Parts: sequence; structure tokens; C-alpha cells
Amino acid sequence: MDKIVCTCGNVNPAGTELCESCGRPLDQKTKEKTLVDMRYEGAARRSQTYNKTLVDKVWNFFSSVKVGMWIIVAILVAAAIGTILPQVFYVPATTEAGIADYYERIYGTFGVLYYKLGLSDLYSSWWFQGLVGMLGISLIIASLDRVIPLYKSLKKQKTQRHISFLKRQRMYGIGKVESPDDTLNKAEEKLKTMRYNVKREGNAILAEKGRFSRWGPYVNHLGLILFLFGVMLRAIPGFYVDETMWLREGETLYVPKTEGYFLESKEFIYETYTKEESEEVFGNAIDRVGSIAKNYQTDVALYKGADDAVAGNANDLSFVKEESIQVNEPLKFANFSVFQMDFKLDELKTMTFQLQDKETKTSFGDFTIDLADPQPIYELQDGYKVEVLDYYADFSGFEDGVPQSKTPLPNNPAFLIKMTTPDFPKGETSFVMIQETMEPFGENKHKIAFQSVETRDVSGLTIRKDLTLPILGLGGLIFMIGVAQGSYWNHRRIWIQLLNDGQVVVAAHTNKNWLSIRKDIDAVSEVATLPVYEDQQDLDSKVEKEEGV
Amino acid sequence: MDLVSVSSTLLLISFIAYLVATFLFGGAVKSSSSESTKSFDRWGKLAITVTIIGFISNLGYFFTRWIAAGHAPVSNLFEFTTAFGMMVVGAFILIFFIYRIPALGLFALPIAVLIIAYASMFPKDITPLIPALKSYWLTVHVITAALGEAILAISAVAGLIWLLKNIDMAKKSAQRFWIEVVMFVLVLVLGFVVATTSFTIADYKAEYNYVSKDEKVLKIEYNMPPLFGMNQSEAITENAMEPLVETPALVNAKKLTVVVWSIIFGSVLYVLLRLIARKRLAEVLQPFAKKANSQFMDEIGYRSVLIGFPVFTLGALIFAMIWAHEAWSRFWGWDPKEVWALITWLFYAVFLHLRLTKGWQGEKSAWLALIGFIIIMFNLIAVNLIIAGLHSYA
Ligand code: HEM
Repeated sequence: MDKIVCTCGNVNPAGTELCESCGRPLDQKTKEKTLVDMRYEGAARRSQTYNKTLVDKVWNFFSSVKVGMWIIVAILVAAAIGTILPQVFYVPATTEAGIADYYERIYGTFGVLYYKLGLSDLYSSWWFQGLVGMLGISLIIASLDRVIPLYKSLKKQKTQRHISFLKRQRMYGIGKVESPDDTLNKAEEKLKTMRYNVKREGNAILAEKGRFSRWGPYVNHLGLILFLFGVMLRAIPGFYVDETMWLREGETLYVPKTEGYFLESKEFIYETYTKEESEEVFGNAIDRVGSIAKNYQTDVALYKGADDAVAGNANDLSFVKEESIQVNEPLKFANFSVFQMDFKLDELKTMTFQLQDKETKTSFGDFTIDLADPQPIYELQDGYKVEVLDYYADFSGFEDGVPQSKTPLPNNPAFLIKMTTPDFPKGETSFVMIQETMEPFGENKHKIAFQSVETRDVSGLTIRKDLTLPILGLGGLIFMIGVAQGSYWNHRRIWIQLLNDGQVVVAAHTNKNWLSIRKDIDAVSEVATLPVYEDQQDLDSKVEKEEGV
Repeated sequence: MDLVSVSSTLLLISFIAYLVATFLFGGAVKSSSSESTKSFDRWGKLAITVTIIGFISNLGYFFTRWIAAGHAPVSNLFEFTTAFGMMVVGAFILIFFIYRIPALGLFALPIAVLIIAYASMFPKDITPLIPALKSYWLTVHVITAALGEAILAISAVAGLIWLLKNIDMAKKSAQRFWIEVVMFVLVLVLGFVVATTSFTIADYKAEYNYVSKDEKVLKIEYNMPPLFGMNQSEAITENAMEPLVETPALVNAKKLTVVVWSIIFGSVLYVLLRLIARKRLAEVLQPFAKKANSQFMDEIGYRSVLIGFPVFTLGALIFAMIWAHEAWSRFWGWDPKEVWALITWLFYAVFLHLRLTKGWQGEKSAWLALIGFIIIMFNLIAVNLIIAGLHSYA
């Protein structure tokens, strides 16, 4: 397409609506309007100029604010739908079947539908992420489409503007004044004291303020784009780690995904508020809801394995540091953070039993089973011994006569035990559970009597590494700067010109807060006689003025 | 007197001051036919002075309670909602000093009063902080988020005034219908306050056993006569009323009962008001709105979104993410409360774009501002009460 040459001589790019230099309307459509659209200074935007190739079409699609807003509304509605029922990651089930069952059991038919439609894992669905991706593309294209031409024309604008431009401004007034030169001089002075950036070219004044606020939207969009980019980076291996581990008191375990770090739990501490410590302040609340948790804490020691050791090799650990992990106070090392997320109190650690004569209760010795590591044989005195044939950590009953363990955690230990005694060298078999014993192969003479348990607490820890955080942080910061820039400042311009026929023109434009720019013009009018102006869009006041309200 | 009761007294004083100031602003609006008259000046000045006194007293409540509890009083539903009400007044004062429009006070203050009254219906004990809340980010995040929401709320007030002024009440229209719905909802909130207060005065209490959704037998105390019973509920209290309807385990019938009682009380109240006024409530308020300049209201509506949006972003998203990362190990977890903050944010982003680039001013802008406020209140109240998540205080 051809460039447009304005009467003033300036050569404008194709598609320009208002001459970049003098402001004359360049096409018929703009000429017919009583007010000009100043949003992009009438500059030529790619999306408004070309629409031939596929690239043009895609560009125009994404640069449209209407499209952009529909994308946002779609994300908004989808996000809301995702809160109707809990998402899968908040559901207390791990297997597909378990999750499906949960939705059906708790939420009935609606739950089944919700689950089947994939709404239960909406935020990681391809279409939701696709929408967010489209938002990103839209942000980039829409911003580029506007910011470049806007920048060019704001840079090129001349102090002297053509009357056809001025009279199409929302704030406009024209008329004769007593001493026009005086008016111009005084107005110039006054505008300077109002911290306007004032330019004067002969009989024309351009006072401008806060132009940088025009970049606000583009700066904030840049921040958003950066943020979305940071979120995408997480998919790249090495940027993001999200693991969990259960750590028992006294245990030392490899911290998953780290370079040879180990964590030992010294102690888990659980505290609740007591009424004694703050009776008068918290007493009522504690009475009302029962106990209130005060602290979850794991005291840990961090170790590092030898540099050349294979991950998980627990030899040659060197001590790094000791710390208390609390909620809100994660342990931090080498880009990793370890969070206190969960706990289990009093998990069984060991169980102590006694081999007894059933009738006489005579003891033939005690033995202690470490539930994390049960031994096959416990030798007692004088040839008495106990063999652990099978161990069910979380016994849940029999299926076809076979004992079952629900989980590998020692929640409900049960043992199939052979007792070898001088009287019964071949052994007697007994199935030992908490509180109960079964004798599957007939009546026994001896029995295993429960003596005592030792328990320990388990800490649920989350291990996190997120190298995208600095990028996200930067994106957030840039967004905030941009949004403040665009919201708390505005771009105001006031033109005052003395025309050849002796009339004075005043016109003004602001990108927002029209009442404030009126105050500014009024302040200038007080010292320099300006022609009466009016807001060519404020119909309400006009009506009110006419009605004399 | 100990600090806690000093604090409560200060809150009561501010509550009364806001009520009084509402009437003073009413006086200012009535006499504002020519905005420069002396009587307008006098009423207006008096009104804003009383408002500021109330606000100072309200701040007094906030800080004495802070000292007494040892943490910022934003940690349960009562505290948070009260703080929000206080900040609505603060935001109003801010905007008032930019534009000096008394009509804004006439509508903003009753809304703040309603919010504080609503807040007072929840348990007012000072609760110690559970581990997840023990962080200075609680203070920073909640206060900034609430402040942002309060400033955004002012835009809804301006929108409401715009609509009350400009909707033709003589003609049947969708607008006339919906503005009356807004009035009705406001009366429902009042209904909740009246219902709760009445049953508290009557000292209604009844205990029931019920079977929860994970099949445990639990106990629950009703403070309103049970219209709806919990799953398989059985009365513990002697002579307790049988629930009219039994609900499945999924439903929290106690909360449902409260909602339905509020609707009953609110509706009765609404009908009474209509009978007394003999016109639509929107029509009753219209003369007060008529004095406002639409252009001004439109600009205030936009300006308060412009001022509030960055504050809201900072508090409800950025600080929230930083804290969530410290407390729950991830900065974003699609928890319902988080999602609704995001929805609020996206909504206001759309508002700004439509306004700036599609020229949605005046009426459209006013309706959007009202919808924005509804979303904020939904997040504040409904998400806490209905959708259970990590954030639910109650
Ligand atoms: C969540 C996403 C977005 C946020 C938070 C956001 C934020 C903003 C803000 C705060 C403004 C300034 C508004 C004002 O000052 O009244 C703005 C302006 C703008 N935004 Fe966005 N935006 C988002 C997405 C988009 C998208 C998807 C598009 C693309 C279609 C877009 C296009 C624009 C345009 C064209 C402007 C006006 C720029 C100007 O007139 O100079 N925005 N945006």
C-alpha cells in the first residue's frame, strides 16, 4: 500500500488516520467524525491496514481486544467451574478407580458427570492450558500492534496542530480574547508551574504531562508475558521439583531428586494452645472449638553424601546443618526447600512380645520386633525360639483365607508366627494380631503375649525446587510497575493556539480522568483569558445546565 | 476494662458514627440543589467529620485488638469482614477527598454498616493462630487484599448511584427489575442480621447427632430452628424440634438453615418496606441519587477501579503467591479461594479493557462494577461458607 502525504508535507505510513505531524484527518471516515479517536493517535496499525495473507488474518485475530476479552472470559468461566467440586489433587484417593469412586460416592450422578467430563482435573486439561496459551499470544500480538505505532506518533507530534485536529478533541473552545499574546504568555507560565512540559512554537503551545503513563499497559502486558513464560519453563526437566517424603523419627533418608542430600528426623513436635498460657484472650475460642493447633515442627539434621557417590548411597555422610522445619519456615539448601506439610502421630515402631505357656503364664523370654525391619527368627533362652513366617503391616482381613495388608505402613501389624519349644520341636503356628490371636492349625500350648509398644511420629515433608521463581518474580514486578504507571498517572495534553484570524483555540486530551483535565484548564483560565470551552461528550452536564439544576 | 472490651467498644462507637454520618450525608444531599449553599457545606462538613471520627475509632478497634491478640485481627471471618468494612469506609474517605461528592457517602456508609453488622454475626472470640497462619505475610497479604477489594467496592457504589439516577422507574424494563433485585439482596443481608440477632436474643440452642459424609457420627449445635436436618440427624437436646427436611451428607444443613431463615426474614422485611413506602425501593432511593452528576459517578467508578486494581493485584495475587509458597510449598494450588481471587482479577481486567478500548462507559460500566462487587462478596462469604478449601476460616 502507498504512503500518505499530508497537506503539511509529512509522509505518513499507509493506514494512518491522523497526520503524525500536524494532526489533519487523512481519510474520509475520520474527516466525517466530530471527535477523533485518540487512543493510538490515529497511527497506522498493522491489524487495521493489512488483511490478505494468513499471517495477516492470524495477526488481526489475536490483536483484537474483543477476541482477547473473550479468551479471558472463557478462562474465567472455566476457572469458576473448576471450583464447583474439589479437584482431583484435593481428593483423598490415589488410584484412578479410587478417585472415580470418590466422586460417585460423595457427589452422586453429578460427581460422575463432573469426573467423566474431566472437570475434576480441569486446570491441567489441554484445552484450559490452550486458552492460557492463547491469552499469552494475544497479549504479545495486541501489544506489538499498538505500541510501536503509538510510540512513533507520540515522538513525531508537532507543537503546531491543524485546526481540523483541534476541533475534533473532546475538550474544545474557540473565540476572540482581549489580548491574545498576553493570554499565550500567561498560559505558558501557568502551565509550567503546574508541572506541564510546555513547548512553544510561535503562536502555538503544547503542554504535555505524564506521557510515560501511555506505556503502562504495554509494560504490564510484558510482565504478564514474562510470567506466563516462567510458568512454561517448569515443564523443562531440572527447573522444577515437587516430591514428598515420609520421615520417621530417628530415620535418615535420601531426599528425593537432590544431589546426595540426606535428612534425619530428630523429633517431631506437635503443640496445641493451652488455656493457661492465654486464658483471658484465647480462652473462649479454645472452649468453643476444642483444641487449636499451635505448632507442627520437625527437628532435622541435613547431611550430604560424598560427591562421587551414587544418589541415595548413605555412606560417608557429612553433616551440613541442624534445623527446625515449621509450617511457614521451610528448610532451605541448594535451591531446594523442604516444607512441613503433614504428620502422623504415634506410628508403631516396635512391638515387644513374650512367649508364654498358655495355662501357667510362665514366661520363656521376651522379644522385640522392629516393625520397619522384622527379623525372621528371634532366639530365646534354652532352645525356645520364635519364627516370623509372614508379616502384614496393615492387616485388613482375609481374602480366600489369605491374610491381606492394605498398605506397607505399620498401622495394624499382624504376624504369622511359629513357636518352637522343647515340647514341640516341629513348632506351633499362631496368627498374632493386635488384641487377638488365632490358631489356624489347632489348639496350641504356648502363646505370644503382647507386652508393650514403642511409637514414633512421622513427618510428611514436601521437597521443592523451583528455578522459575526469579522469572515469575520479575514478571510480577514488571506487571506492578506497568499497572501503577498506567493507573496512577495519566497522559494529559493541552493545546493553545492563536489562529491567523485572531481567534484563540484551546483543546485538550487526556487518556483518562477527564474531570481532572478540566480542573487544569480552569486553573489556566483563571490567570490567562481563554475562550470558553466545552466537553463535547458530556451530555449529562449540558442537559443539567440547560435545565438549570 | 481490659483491652479486648476497649476494642469492642471502639467498634461499636464507629458503627454508630457511620450510621449517624449516613443521615448527615443524606441531609447534605437533600440540601445540595445548588452545591455552593452554606447549608450544604455545613451538612457535608459535619458528615465527613463524623465519618472520620468513626473511622479513627474503627482503627482504634483494629489496633487494640491487634495488641490484645498479638496478631493482626484478620484471622477469622468476623475479623476479616470487619476489617473489610472498615476499609470500605477508608476507601470512601480517600475518594471523597478527590471528588467531594456527598451522595457517595450516603450510599457507601450504609453498605459499610451492613458489612460490619454482618461480620458481627460470627463468633467474635479472639482465636490463636493455627500454624499455617503464623506468618507476617498473613498481615501483609490480607490487609492489602482487603484494601484493594474495598477500593474496588467504591466503584460499585458509584455504579449503583449511576443506575439509580438514570434508570427510568416509570417504565417496565430489565434494568428496573435488576436494580430492584440488587435492593432485595441488600435487604436479605439485613434479614440475616435480624434473624441471627433474634435467635441469639431468644437464646435458641439445639444439639443433634448426625452421620457425616465419611460416615462418622458427629455432634452439631443449631442456633436457629432446624428447617433442614443434617444427614440422619437425631436430637440430643430434649424437646428439640424435628427438622422439617432431612438432607444428604453432602449438604451442610445447618448453614442451609441459616440461609433459608435469612431469606425468610429478609423477604418479610422487604415486603414490609414495600408496604410502607408503597413503591419500589430503588424508587425510594432515586431522589437521593438524582442529585449526583452522572459524569462524576462514571468517572469515580472508573477511577476507583484504577486505584484498586493494582492494590488488589499486589495483595490478593502477588503477596498471596509469595506466602503460599512459604506456607504450602507452592505459590499456586488452584484452591477455590485462590481461583476466585483470580476470577475477580480477570473480571476487573476485562472491565478496564472494555472501558478503555470499547468505550463501555455509563450504564454498561455501572453494571459491570456491580457484578464485580458481587464476585468480591462471593469470594469473601460464599467461598468460605460453601466451598471448603484450605482457606475456609469458619
Ligand atoms: C489477564 C490479562 C490482562 C491484564 C491483567 C491486562 C491488564 C491491562 C491493563 C491494566 C490495562 C490498562 C487499562 C487502563 O488503564 O484502563 C490494559 C490495557 C490494554 N490491554 Fe490488557 N491486560 C490483559 C490482557 C490483555 C489481552 C489478552 C489483550 C489483547 C487483546 C489486551 C490488550 C490491551 C489493550 C489493547 C490495552 C489498551 C492499551 C492502550 O490503550 O494503550 N490485554 N491491559
